Amino acid sequence: MSTLLQVQNLSVSVGQHCLVDDISFHIDAGEVFALVGESGSGKSVTSLAIMRLLSDGLHIASGDVHLVGQSLFTLTEAQMNGVRGRRIAMVFQEPQSSLNPVHTIGRQIGEVLTLHRKRSGAELKQDIIALLEEVGIPDAEQRASWYPHQLSGGQKQRVMIAMALACEPELLIADEPTTALDVTIQKQILNLLNELRKKRQLGILLITHDMGVVAEMADRIAVMRHGQLLEQAPRDVFFSSPKHEYSRQLIHSLPRQDAFRKAIAQEETPLLEMNNVCVWFAQRKGILQRIAGYTKAVDGISLTIGHGETLALVGESGSGKSTAGRAILRLIPTTYGEVLFNGLRIDQLDESEFIDLRKRIQVIFQDPFSSMNPRMTVREIIEEGMISLNVGGNDGKWNKSEREQEIRRILQRVGLEAEHLDRFPHEFSGGQRQRIAIARAIAVKPQLIICDEPTSALDVSIRGQVLQLLQELQQEMGLSYLFITHDLSIIPHIAHRVAVMKDGKIVEQGSTQAVMQNPQHEYTQQLLSAVPMIPEHV
Amino acid sequence: MLAYIIRRLGYAIPILLGVNLLTFALFFVVNTPDQMARVQLGDKHVSEEAIEQWKAQRGYDKPLMFNTEAGGLGLVTDTIFYEKSLSLFAFDFGKSDEGRNIGSDIQQRMWPSLMVALPTFIIGIAVNIAFSLFVVMFRASVFDTAAMVLCVVLMSISGVFYVIGGQFFFAKLWHLVPISGYLTGPDAIRFLILPVIIGVISGIGGGTRLYRTLFLEESGKDYVRTARAKGVPELTVLFRHILPNGLIPILTSVVVVIPSLFMGSLLVESFFGIPGLGSYTLDAIQAQDFAIVRSMVFLGSVLYILGLLLTDISYTLVDPRVRLS
Amino acid sequence: MTFPRFSDFSMFQPMLLWSDILIFILLFSLIAFFINLSRNPVARARWRHVFTTRIGSGAFIVIVFYVLIALLDSLHFRTALPPVEGSDGAISQEADGTVHYSQDVRSVLDIILHDLDSQDEKTYSAPFALYSFAKENQESDAGYVIRAFPRLEHGGKHIVRDEEHVLDIWVKTARAIGLTILPCLLVIFLHSAWRRRKPPVEHPLPWTVIYTTLTILVLLCGWVLNLSQYYHILGTDKVGQDVLYQSIKAIRTGVLIGTLATLVTLPLAVVLGIAAGYFKGKIDDVVQYIYTTLNSIPGILLIAASVLLIDVYIETNPEQFKLISERADFKFIALCFILGVTSWTGLCRLLRAETLKLSQLEYVQAAHAFGVGDWRIIFRHILPNVNHIILIALVLDFSAFVLAEAVLSYIGVGVDPSMASWGNMINEARAELARDPVVWWSVSAAFILMFVLVLAANLFSDRVRDAFDPRSVHGRV
Repeated sequence: MSTLLQVQNLSVSVGQHCLVDDISFHIDAGEVFALVGESGSGKSVTSLAIMRLLSDGLHIASGDVHLVGQSLFTLTEAQMNGVRGRRIAMVFQEPQSSLNPVHTIGRQIGEVLTLHRKRSGAELKQDIIALLEEVGIPDAEQRASWYPHQLSGGQKQRVMIAMALACEPELLIADEPTTALDVTIQKQILNLLNELRKKRQLGILLITHDMGVVAEMADRIAVMRHGQLLEQAPRDVFFSSPKHEYSRQLIHSLPRQDAFRKAIAQEETPLLEMNNVCVWFAQRKGILQRIAGYTKAVDGISLTIGHGETLALVGESGSGKSTAGRAILRLIPTTYGEVLFNGLRIDQLDESEFIDLRKRIQVIFQDPFSSMNPRMTVREIIEEGMISLNVGGNDGKWNKSEREQEIRRILQRVGLEAEHLDRFPHEFSGGQRQRIAIARAIAVKPQLIICDEPTSALDVSIRGQVLQLLQELQQEMGLSYLFITHDLSIIPHIAHRVAVMKDGKIVEQGSTQAVMQNPQHEYTQQLLSAVPMIPEHV
Repeated sequence: MLAYIIRRLGYAIPILLGVNLLTFALFFVVNTPDQMARVQLGDKHVSEEAIEQWKAQRGYDKPLMFNTEAGGLGLVTDTIFYEKSLSLFAFDFGKSDEGRNIGSDIQQRMWPSLMVALPTFIIGIAVNIAFSLFVVMFRASVFDTAAMVLCVVLMSISGVFYVIGGQFFFAKLWHLVPISGYLTGPDAIRFLILPVIIGVISGIGGGTRLYRTLFLEESGKDYVRTARAKGVPELTVLFRHILPNGLIPILTSVVVVIPSLFMGSLLVESFFGIPGLGSYTLDAIQAQDFAIVRSMVFLGSVLYILGLLLTDISYTLVDPRVRLS
Repeated sequence: MTFPRFSDFSMFQPMLLWSDILIFILLFSLIAFFINLSRNPVARARWRHVFTTRIGSGAFIVIVFYVLIALLDSLHFRTALPPVEGSDGAISQEADGTVHYSQDVRSVLDIILHDLDSQDEKTYSAPFALYSFAKENQESDAGYVIRAFPRLEHGGKHIVRDEEHVLDIWVKTARAIGLTILPCLLVIFLHSAWRRRKPPVEHPLPWTVIYTTLTILVLLCGWVLNLSQYYHILGTDKVGQDVLYQSIKAIRTGVLIGTLATLVTLPLAVVLGIAAGYFKGKIDDVVQYIYTTLNSIPGILLIAASVLLIDVYIETNPEQFKLISERADFKFIALCFILGVTSWTGLCRLLRAETLKLSQLEYVQAAHAFGVGDWRIIFRHILPNVNHIILIALVLDFSAFVLAEAVLSYIGVGVDPSMASWGNMINEARAELARDPVVWWSVSAAFILMFVLVLAANLFSDRVRDAFDPRSVHGRV
């Protein structure tokens, strides 16, 4: 096989700071080369450097990139424009924002064709439709005149791929192409990419943080961290005998799929019970804004969570899983149905009666960046709930120094130092912030914590640590979790039982092992089969 | 779409009613017709008869909101509120305090206003967009910095100085155009050039800066990177991708003032002696002719609300993502 | 024989106009705000960012200079009138013990600018002129009556021969600058020596710019105070008053209108905007209704109408305003109030939108989940995070109000004609520019002083925006 792209000693820096540090690799024609790394490792910067599309302030410090023997860094800007889109094409992470909202998709695909192939008129139209059909857009002839916002996320990514492949490039750079997509869509897009590369002998530079995707797609793998290439190896070699410690850590960050947490024996009254709970939002129409119908975000779900138990609520985006969590917390009012806590009905209490339950039910949000007020110190953040909910020891009231002591104790428990108390959230990394969020939740001594995708914004290596912490706390404090997630791979590790949600309804519920190994509902089967799996390793 | 427009027009009614009540309160309750008469008649020691006569001539001698003496409908119709304020809803502006018919004055004077305001508006936007695109083309360069400094300097000069300076240099010193005045027909152009130029120049600083920010914001978006990755040359990226997206907020933000162009500009019109609605209003203010001011306030509100409606409609025209609902 | 007791306060009667009270309240609350702010390290870092830029600190010094002049001009008093004949020269010794004070309200600034204030001419004269601008009938040496330009009463009266004129200006300028620059250099030298002894900081303030700006300002003051003893630096106006004095007195009007009007907009915009965005529903509907209604009325018309009403009120209630300055002050405050009431809608809309966005954020949701009350959420979670919007709007509004004053005064609905203001000066410029030769100095003086203030405010607001707006590059922490 011939070498398609050769990257030699590439360094990219911003000011004095080095983002990409002297990396070299090559990609052969028709192969998928995966560049793996966590956020900030410099993998996206590498891809932009190859395309010479670095944003202002970043510059190439040294090195060279050759495309079939031709140095890209010596080309003029006009010559480079002849390479972009024609010989090297790119697909980005966010299909939502990567398409121009004011042009039809047909026009956007057509732009590449006119630019590099001088297509026009009927021929152009034919080409566009053929491309759209090739990437699996149904009813292509009509959709060509649609605007991006009329398409779903998966379809937009298909359009991006069609656009990238329009001029039959030799190399496709796919920068986290499926990260923003649901797992079933991800499966489809990966399949499409695989198909196309076989058909077209396409070299693909796949940039991703997801080891599952890597395992599924890549021929060769390179691991990047802090701007440096740690190791390069063919897939099988990489997964069976990773050389670098960090690679091993990445591979092991995916929890094993064969060890399940056993369901635990339950008392008669569960801690939380939801009976046929609905959350509907009114849709208004017409001159008088009458209620014309409802968006049924949560449509009659029933579930229970026992003492010390973790229930995973799984679903794709828009399935209503987060809404269900917020309904329990009464951040959103329920329309029908009942919520019971320790056998007591709580969905009809008014805010002053509910305040007592706020101590019992707490929440951890997905995004550690937006879940803490940037203007408050860690102390203030943790203290706020303790003060407003009057949390105290046995006598129910703590004085200032007792509270301070407790805050320090909790902070140490979640793995932070007491000296962090006077810092602001922005001084911490994502994983540390999520620890602060956990500290804030356990500070009021709850019985149930709603974990709304607490790990999906974190890098894989951090994810395991946070999940571990949650489990330890569960054992120490007898906590129950409602663990809302879209990530099926972590479920065996964390949940006793699983409920699968789709379109506001629970389609399947049962012990983790039963659901994961023997799914009954078609949708669950579909979900599970879409999860990219790492080959059996060590 | 139609349902939406009807609903929006429905919203306009309470707003106009609010404007109406507010102006009524300002002009008749806070400031009673008696006081108006005293100020108009000029003398502090005017006789009661003179005041009564002045009020009667202008219909200000009726009760404010409820006429308890008149029977039936007269209870509400035979009042100042009904005759002077509510009548505005029918665009019946009545007579000015000096006895002129306001409605026909407005019809006559809105054209000169439009002759100045419309070209200023269109040329102004075109110039601002052109300048800002030019600056964006050279972003993060010395030229960009210099242009932005110039914009801040231009922004810091009061509009009055643009008018004074323009008149002084172009008309008085260099005799290029007449200082002020107005003629109908083709001759008008000679009188219009300077006000339009000054109107455009005085807006360049703020406009260019704002539009530059909007374009720069667009140029940082993902779809621009996609276009570059497609191999689209920089200039095409600017005109085909950034410009149409940047124009959306620009166009929709300026649409709101289009109806109000009829009202003209107080400053420009009075300085250049253009007999439009702007100078009409200014004269009314200086002569304390409340009937005219009241009418212009109402007219202005109607035009503003019309502008809001046009803004919403323009969104659906220029932005494919927006559908009225 | 009794001596007038100068230590006795009855020589002067301190006088507080309402606008004085407001401006000092504002000053103290600003100081309190900054002290409070300095406790928050994030805010402190951002402010530091503003001041480490050359333009930021330069513009700030200029603004402070204007504000200082405005404050000096806000310390008002009335002087005691000389006692009536026969009361033996003793002020506090009148039979009934009462002292009569002048109708003329003066300020501390007037004392400093005494030379400018007291040397009125008859009519127009050009800057540094020796002769009046208008011809007058004069008796020549030969006894004929001729029409000629008369010598000015005060301007350059020490000049004997006309040829000395230009040289004299240069000599006096050199002397003034020489006298002021020495202490300046000394202070700078001492300060930078003291600074060098301290450990260097990471982001030092741009001291060169600070020194230069301060030196220029001090030199300017020295030069103006020195030369104004001999000349009318910027000429005189129609009634012979010194133009420089007028335009310096106008600083107070400009600065106060900018700050006081903002003071009115602030509570309205903040309370209504945050309430609408946070509580949504009916409150939101009402707030939106109010600001759409207010917005729909052409601002300038609403202002004009309201000012006319104030005029009518003053005219019909003359007994409430004994002094001219009290009347002018009342009208001035009313104008600030009206300006504020008509221009809070923009900020209110911004705050409403931002609050809507913030209240969806997870940290506000988390606060709800912790049972934190609505008011506490607003004060701890919403308000601190919209601070930057308020701040940016505040500085921008300031320059907008200063510019608006000029337009309003020109239209005739601005500040009272008896009050010195740039708008009133411009208003007169129409007639002056139509004269031949042109009287250009009055309008130029107003232009320059106003331009410098607005430019400084605009530049400063740019830096503030850069440092505080999360969308700008530096705002990210």
